[in-house]
Amino acid sequence: MMIEFIPDWLIVFWNWFPVDIQTVLIILGKIVLILLPLLLSVAYVTYAERKVIGAMQVRIGPNRVGFFGFRLWGLGQPIADTLKLMMKEVVLPTKANKFLFLTAPVLSIAPALAAWAVIPFDRGMALTEINAGLLYVLALTSIGVYGVIIAGWASNSKYAMLSALRAGAQIVAYEIAMGFALVGVLMASGSLNLGDIVEAQAGGFENWFAWPLLPLFFVYFISGVAETNRAPFDVAEGESEIVAGFHVEYSGMAFAIFFLAEYANIILISALTSLMFLGGWLSPFENAAFAQGTFLAETSLLWFVGKISFFIFVFFWLRATFPRYRYDQIMRLGWKVFIPVTIVWLVVEAVMFVAKVGPWAV
Amino acid sequence: MLENYLPVLVFLAIGLMVGIGPIFLGGYLLAPHKPDAAKNSPFECGFEAFEDSRMKFDVRYYLVAILFIIFDLEIAFLFPWAIVLDEIGMFGLIAMGIFLGILVIGFVYEWKKGALEWE
Repeated sequence: MMIEFIPDWLIVFWNWFPVDIQTVLIILGKIVLILLPLLLSVAYVTYAERKVIGAMQVRIGPNRVGFFGFRLWGLGQPIADTLKLMMKEVVLPTKANKFLFLTAPVLSIAPALAAWAVIPFDRGMALTEINAGLLYVLALTSIGVYGVIIAGWASNSKYAMLSALRAGAQIVAYEIAMGFALVGVLMASGSLNLGDIVEAQAGGFENWFAWPLLPLFFVYFISGVAETNRAPFDVAEGESEIVAGFHVEYSGMAFAIFFLAEYANIILISALTSLMFLGGWLSPFENAAFAQGTFLAETSLLWFVGKISFFIFVFFWLRATFPRYRYDQIMRLGWKVFIPVTIVWLVVEAVMFVAKVGPWAV
Repeated sequence: MLENYLPVLVFLAIGLMVGIGPIFLGGYLLAPHKPDAAKNSPFECGFEAFEDSRMKFDVRYYLVAILFIIFDLEIAFLFPWAIVLDEIGMFGLIAMGIFLGILVIGFVYEWKKGALEWE
């Protein structure tokens, strides 16, 4: 055990704490273990985005900022960006509602991070496995819209206000399609616990929910892109019309928090999509003959990270490929395409499920 | 049972701190603070703001919000139903079919009425 390497005085010090404090300290330790890699990934996802889109547009992307005189392909860029934003003034506009103005960024980052409390990274490797896991995630991702609306309203600026209205209506419309897609997953797995949902997809890639629920899979991921206000659904911050949208009045660290929240949400949506439709940490080759006895057949964190990275890449790919939707097209896609598609597929799935045919034949 | 939710509560508190901390640390300790009238005025492409920005807005945004509440409640009903569908079987399917049918009639009505049109 590791215990032997810990000096005696540390154990004495540890035992000196009451049991309740010890539990909280252990929880805090685990949270730090989740949060630090997460925040680091958020920082480097911004770098990856610039590199990937740069490559797609035959540019180089950031390649100057390195460490101690070495360029290292520009790997120092996110850190330099953060430091720069820290040194910039946080401007509080005179007409703004100051308290709400500063609350808004906090309201958008807190749920994007706190949702990770129930995400399982490997079999039994989650901060906490609660039975209402998916409900909790859905609730927290819904809170994100408050950050946008409050930011837009509290800024008391016309661009911010317009953007908040657009973003609010858009997020809310796509959330319905997202919710319906989740119902399909729940029906297939029979559980709200994210760990159980993944285990229900065991047995190689042919058992992943992505196949029987293919329409819901696409609807969920595309709604996820719309929820995070990413291109091609980024009318909320469409530069050419409303400058920067709801965060036009934000500067320095207050802006950086919005930026972090957007990328944390991208990672979260990617993680949820891979958990619910692509079997999370499960290996795609669990029963394949060639993989038996090698690491390829085992469940591991690496599969999960790989799947998340793939979806994050798709986010960048969409941004580099598609022009921005018009607002009426966005609303039409949400209300007139996604919602009917999900309702129809739910009915089809429920009938097949009760009749025990197709993928649900027991 | 309930102690499973303690980490969630702690994580929420930490999440709030990750938001509040940098804004105060970066915004008030490291960064300069030199406000002036022009800098603090709302951004309007260099013009003076000529009216209050808390203006009237299109009623369709309001309509979307109302529709959202109806559909979101619907989803709240569907969640527990989907989980226990295996146990309630045919009865559950028909009951939810009637419920969903009424909702779909409402959806078709609002579609035909043009509540979903944005020109």
